[in-house]
Order: sequence, then C-alpha cells, then structure tokens
Amino acid sequence: MVDEGTRKTLSSIPLLKTKAGPRDKELWPTRLKEEYQALIKYVQNNKEADNDWFRLESDKTGTKWFGKCWYVHNLLKYEFDLEFDIPVTYPTTAPELALPSLDGKTAKMYRGGKICLTDHFKPLWARNVPKFGIAHAMALGLGPWLAVEVPELIERGVVKYQEKSDEAK
Amino acid sequence: MANVEELKKKISELEAKLAAAQGNSGPVRQKIDVMSSEVVDSNPYSRLMALKRMGIVDNYEKIRELSVAIVGVGGVGSVTAEMLTRCGIGKLILFDYDKVELANMNRLFFQPHQAGLSKVDAAAGTLQSINPDVAIDAYNYNITTVDNFQKFCDTISTGSLTGGPVDLVLSCVDNFEARMAINTACNELNQRWFESGVSENAVSGHIQFIIPGETACFACAPPLVVASKIDEKTLKKEGVCAASLPTTMGIVAGFLVQNTLKYLLNFGNVSHYLGYSALTDFFPTMSLKPNPQCDDSYCRRRQTEFKAKPVVELATEVKEDDTPIHADNEWGISLVDENSPEEETSNLKLAEGVEVAYSIPVDNNTPETSSGGAVAASELSLEELMQQMKSM
Ligand SMILES: [Zn+2]
Repeated sequence: MVDEGTRKTLSSIPLLKTKAGPRDKELWPTRLKEEYQALIKYVQNNKEADNDWFRLESDKTGTKWFGKCWYVHNLLKYEFDLEFDIPVTYPTTAPELALPSLDGKTAKMYRGGKICLTDHFKPLWARNVPKFGIAHAMALGLGPWLAVEVPELIERGVVKYQEKSDEAK
Repeated sequence: MANVEELKKKISELEAKLAAAQGNSGPVRQKIDVMSSEVVDSNPYSRLMALKRMGIVDNYEKIRELSVAIVGVGGVGSVTAEMLTRCGIGKLILFDYDKVELANMNRLFFQPHQAGLSKVDAAAGTLQSINPDVAIDAYNYNITTVDNFQKFCDTISTGSLTGGPVDLVLSCVDNFEARMAINTACNELNQRWFESGVSENAVSGHIQFIIPGETACFACAPPLVVASKIDEKTLKKEGVCAASLPTTMGIVAGFLVQNTLKYLLNFGNVSHYLGYSALTDFFPTMSLKPNPQCDDSYCRRRQTEFKAKPVVELATEVKEDDTPIHADNEWGISLVDENSPEEETSNLKLAEGVEVAYSIPVDNNTPETSSGGAVAASELSLEELMQQMKSM
C-alpha cells in the first residue's frame, strides 16, 4: 500500500491533462507547461508544509532534467544531484529518476544510479496515465525512496555529511 | 572531427581488441565462404547442415542471408547472441548502453577480463572470434531517449545485409521503458519481434512473438507475469531490487533462439507466448489477439491492415484452436491489486498460470487523486514557467 502521507501529498499535486510525449512536436510544449505548473505547485506545497526537498530544471526541449534533492537526518542536510531523461514512451512509462552519486552504493538501485521503485509505483502510474507527471513521480517514487534509503546509507557510513554553506532558501 | 566521445569509443574498441588478443593465443577460426555439410574436424557447420539431411530444416544455409537485431546484451541477450553466432546467422546488430561489471559474473557469456568494456564491444569481440562469418554491428546507446530512438528506428529499418529492414528484432532488455520503446518502434515500422523477460525474483520468465496487427503487442495489455505460486506479499524486496540466476536466463535465451530459428528457417511451430515457472517446471503457452482498444495508435492501424488482408492468408497462418484457452481466467482475475477500480473488459484470454501484473481502469475519469485539481491553462509562457521554477 502507498502510505497515507504519500497519498495525501499526491492528492495535493495538480493533475495533468495532455497526453503527449517528447516526439509529439505539436502537443509536447503544452504537456511541458503542465509539468512545470504541477512542479511549481508541488514545491510551493512543500515549502508551506516546511518540507522543501528538491529543485528541478530542464533543458529547452524538456527532455533532459537535472537538479538537487536533499534529506534531513538528525538535523543534518544531505544533498544529492538528481537527473533523468524523458523517455520516448512518456507519459505511458514514468521517467527513471537517477541519483548518480549513489550508483553502486546501495542494492536498491539499477545501473547508472536509477532508483528502484516499489511494487506500488508502476500500477499506480499506469492507472493514472496521462494525469501523473514528473511531480507525481517525485512524490511517489523519490520521496519515499530517500526516506527509507538515506538513513540506512548514513548508518552504514556510505554517505557522509559534507559541510555546505549554501542553503536552498 | 575527433571529439571526446569518438575518442572514448575508439579506446573501448581498442581495449576490446586487446582483451580479445590476450585471451586468444591459440588457434584462430578462419572465415568460411560456403556452408558445407562435409564432416571434417574443421567444419563448424556440419552438425547444423545435418538438420537438412535429416529433413528437419529445408534450407539451413538461408540463415547466412538473415539479419537479427538484439536489444539488450545482458544475461539473456548475450547468450542469445552467442547461440545465433554459433548457428551462423548472417548479421547481428547489438544495442546496449551498459558496461560489463564483475557483478555480472553470476551470468553466462562475459568474463572478468572484460570488466569495464561496453557490453556491445566486449560481446562483438568474443562473437567475432567464435564465428568470423557473422557480420556484427554494435551500438552503445540508450534507445529510449528522443535522439537515440530515431537512430534505433533507422538502424533496424535499414540494417539487414541487403540494406532493408532486419528479419527479426529480439528484445532482451530488463525494463518496462525499453520494452515499450521497442514496441513503439516495431508497431510504427511494422517489424516482427520477440519480447523476452525474466522476473525480478529470477524464478520465472517468458517469450512472446509480436506480429504487429496480428498478435497482441506489448501495449495491448498490462505486462503479463507467469504465476510463481509465491504469495507476492510474502516476497521480501527489502534491500534488493532484483535477483538473477544464470539458469533461468539461459533457459529463456534458449527458448528465444529456438523460436527465432523456427521462424527464420520455417520449421515447426512458433510459440506466440511461452512462459516458464522454475519452481514448478510449468510452461504455459498461448496465442494472444491484439486489443482493438490498444493505447498504441500504430497497433490499431496494423490491426485494421491485417483485417483487410485476404482470408486465405489468415487461414494458413493462425492456429488459434491449438492453444489452451481458459474462459474462466479472463482479464481481471487474480490480480495483485490495491483498491482495484472497475476492470477492463476486453478479449484478452490468458492461459492458466499467466496473469496481468496489474489492472488498468476503463474509465479514465476516476482519478486516484483529485483534490489538487487539474492544471488550468496557464497565462504564462513555457519560458516564464521555467524561469519561475528556477527562481524558487
Ligand atoms: Zn497493441
């Protein structure tokens, strides 16, 4: 089951309307606008809930995305680079979110640092095509992944705290 | 213009050659012009050509004119490539973007000294030394990105020995995204292909023959799984993504190549779907008709084209009646599901022991979530939205 918290978070992210992938020259820009609107709302929600945890941006084509996500554990902030491509079959298939710096450090990853999703993710995504977008993939995929894996990585000593001056505010 | 990417490619090619040379101080297999059935100790084709003498295959030498593309050169794809190479296939086109790792050594084919090489270059080196008669092209990229997808489509539609479409595409990838990308390409190009897979718990697998418009495509139904008789809820997935066994992968590769040979050389019956459950040694088979409401518009177009074909042709090609179809196990039964909405009713009839991995509601107006509302058309331009996101 998807836990109550995730369900609530998901339900406050606007749904998308346009079913178009990056090969659809005409409709992709419309879809991309919806992606940005949903992401902006999601980040606003997070800030309001004092749970700001990622930033994302894309190239002009909207097919390459990159940014940062972070997780606070024992009052220390651990930050990771995040990247992914929008596959040609999007939004039928979800983007494969990757944290390259953690590649090879945990078994809950595929090659290239792609995170291993729970069994709930795919059915839920498939039932919500084309309404789910990148923001939903973040909330349903990466959020829960970080919450489970990062404390474990810290405990094993694989991930260490690094002093950083820049706070994302 | 020698950019870094090209130099890197050159280096990995040279590394592959060096590795091949180091492991290769013994005899070298020379090229052979014509396949012969002569039984001498230097003829690698005599036992294959014996299939002709025994009346199993009409014209085995035809294999030298045929081209096969293999997408994914991992546990299943590498073994598939080796089998086809040893069978003397005319041309192989390999796609993968991964590197050989020591962590792959629980599988067949690759060897520790190849760690760090791209899988396609390492495989091409080994395969070429096993059989220099096979033409091998290797492409080291991810087919699911926009640019690479177009290159992939161009390659399979012009990659045969005569510059036309390849005779068959074999999917040996390990993820849903790549399978869907291959499905999209093959529906658009009207290209026949085999899908193959091994479950993440390593104890089941399957192959599926997809003839666009004629048999179900990969998007016609949710992914099919062979029932493992393990209660999924007791399956421990904490701490690992996937398990793998060389046995299951080898068996699936064997099924895949066996059916490939039957199709290419026109002997026996080609299975449209063949499943494998390792725990019970159970092998369900079935035929699957395409879904008239398939999400892929090219699949629907191919279905219309197929229906318009003369009936005579149909009668010789399809043998639906031979397959075990169980009306009591239609779409929607025994689903692993959370608060399942209405099930879709379609003509999907699965053999006993095969299930859909999950269901998809018919009615798209019953969203999982809605209190956030839908996005309203924004006054802002895309550039403005990008800027707004950036400045948050
Ligand atoms: Zn279809």
